[in-house]
Amino acid sequence: MIPVDYYIILSAILFVIGVLGVLIRRNALIIFMSIELMLNAANLAIVAFGSVIKSFDGQIFVFFVIAVAAAEVAVGLALIVEIFKSKRSIDVDQMSSLKG
Amino acid sequence: MNQFDLTTILPITILTVWACVLLLVDLFIPKTRKGITALLSALGLAATLGFTLSQIGMEDSGFNGMVALDGFSTFVNALLLVSGLLGVALAYGYVKRMGIERGEYYTLLLFSVVGMMLMAQATDLIVVFLALELLSIPLYVLAAFSRPKTDSEEAGLKYFLLGAFSSGFLVYGIALIFGATQSTNIFAIVESASTSTSNLLLTIGAALLLIGFGFKVAAVPFHMWTPDVYQGAPTAVTAFMSSGAKIAGFAALLRVFATAFPAIATDMTDVLWVLSAATMIVGNVVAIAQTDIKRLLAYSSIAHAGYILMVFVPYGNENVVATSVAAGLFYLVSYAFTNFGAWGVVIALEKKEGKGLALNDYAGLSKRHPALAAAMAVFMLSLIGLPPTIGLIGKIYLFRAVIDAGFVWLAIIGVLTSLVSAFYYLRVIVVMYMKDGEPTAEREPWLDMTTAVTALVTVIVSFVPQFLFAWASDAVLKLF
Repeated sequence: MIPVDYYIILSAILFVIGVLGVLIRRNALIIFMSIELMLNAANLAIVAFGSVIKSFDGQIFVFFVIAVAAAEVAVGLALIVEIFKSKRSIDVDQMSSLKG
Repeated sequence: MNQFDLTTILPITILTVWACVLLLVDLFIPKTRKGITALLSALGLAATLGFTLSQIGMEDSGFNGMVALDGFSTFVNALLLVSGLLGVALAYGYVKRMGIERGEYYTLLLFSVVGMMLMAQATDLIVVFLALELLSIPLYVLAAFSRPKTDSEEAGLKYFLLGAFSSGFLVYGIALIFGATQSTNIFAIVESASTSTSNLLLTIGAALLLIGFGFKVAAVPFHMWTPDVYQGAPTAVTAFMSSGAKIAGFAALLRVFATAFPAIATDMTDVLWVLSAATMIVGNVVAIAQTDIKRLLAYSSIAHAGYILMVFVPYGNENVVATSVAAGLFYLVSYAFTNFGAWGVVIALEKKEGKGLALNDYAGLSKRHPALAAAMAVFMLSLIGLPPTIGLIGKIYLFRAVIDAGFVWLAIIGVLTSLVSAFYYLRVIVVMYMKDGEPTAEREPWLDMTTAVTALVTVIVSFVPQFLFAWASDAVLKLF
């Protein structure tokens, strides 16, 4: 069996990739994908920890996270479509009408 | 599950059902008469407030320790429901005037209040996460409610991206805490943490959790979204989210940290000290340069997050934590009322297309609308912390608690930044009273009533603060 450490290390790497993606990429869709990667990294860690203690708590929690992420997708994509309709762009650097 | 479980979340259940029914009823209300939806939602909030108040003194926990009903949750829930009512009252005329009157507004607001209330009752990190998302997702939509206005859409998207980013940190933090303590229940976490020797995983998890909450309550350095979102969102939404989301965020932070993480208090206290000091300094100093009233109040809201964060600094010290948390609750009440009032005045002066929001648009307000100017002066004095307002009493309790806990320097930073804040708050008063201008303000009955009520509460409670502080002290008694 693969030791649990490997899963945790993989999830940490995925999480860092997600954070860097949010900070570096400027396309709202890619940023959003990176956020999903962060959430899924957390899911992986939760399932891995749950398998160590032989409990279903972790897997149940992951279902909650997946459901909430789906709700966020619904709202997020709607917002991105709205922005695209009025600005013809989803580059976050161009969203600068609010400054002070 | 049994019937006793349901009594622990009775107010939340009632409000959820009411919001779902309202979503349906709204379909049959003609487009020109959406005011009915507003009244119905206010009715639901008022009824829920009644049920919440009837639960004063009750202690229970339900759903296998997932949620708790105690003095703390009742106190916070009552405050959140009052915030919801004020939010509806502010929105009633505003959305009509701005041409964004749609029934979903009030339903989304109700769902957001449900999330906030659940956050105050959550004793399991899974529920904390669910509640946080339930309060946030409607707020993302509300922030973008003035679509197709670009400002509002941008505010919505920025709030959404940063909010989702922060929940990523929160979930990963929960994952690590789950790994370290093998549970997500905060009572099981505290047991496990007190017996284990290595707390590294737990400390990292708690730090990530703190980042997640830091975004929600707009603490420096996680505050970048706040001015943009507060400025772009419809003003009535800004008023509601700057109070409600902050109260709920602090309530959850309080319960999670004070109950679950005393074992790592030594590490966390320093971090919280720095967070609190940085938030007070950055919020107040940057606010000086603002000429837009919405941005000014946004930075003021960041600064106040710093003041409230002060009460978390001594959370590991058993002797003082109860008084400092009670002071924090008192300050949340004072901030909520003052903040709603100030935003109410801003709404009264706001015109279509984002006009009427510059500081200079307030020139001469004392001559044209003396009552409105007087109310705004009261709110500004309260935000500084000058008599005769509730803000002063709140700050006294707050600084006394921090000094009692031995963090004198933090209290000194708090006092100095309050002095700095006087500069920009007083500028608003000076512009209103000493400059000439021809400002026009909308006088809508519900808006006027909200402003008047919040102004009266701000002044009157400052003369009899003991009863409120006693209630707050009672509320936190059983928390530790």
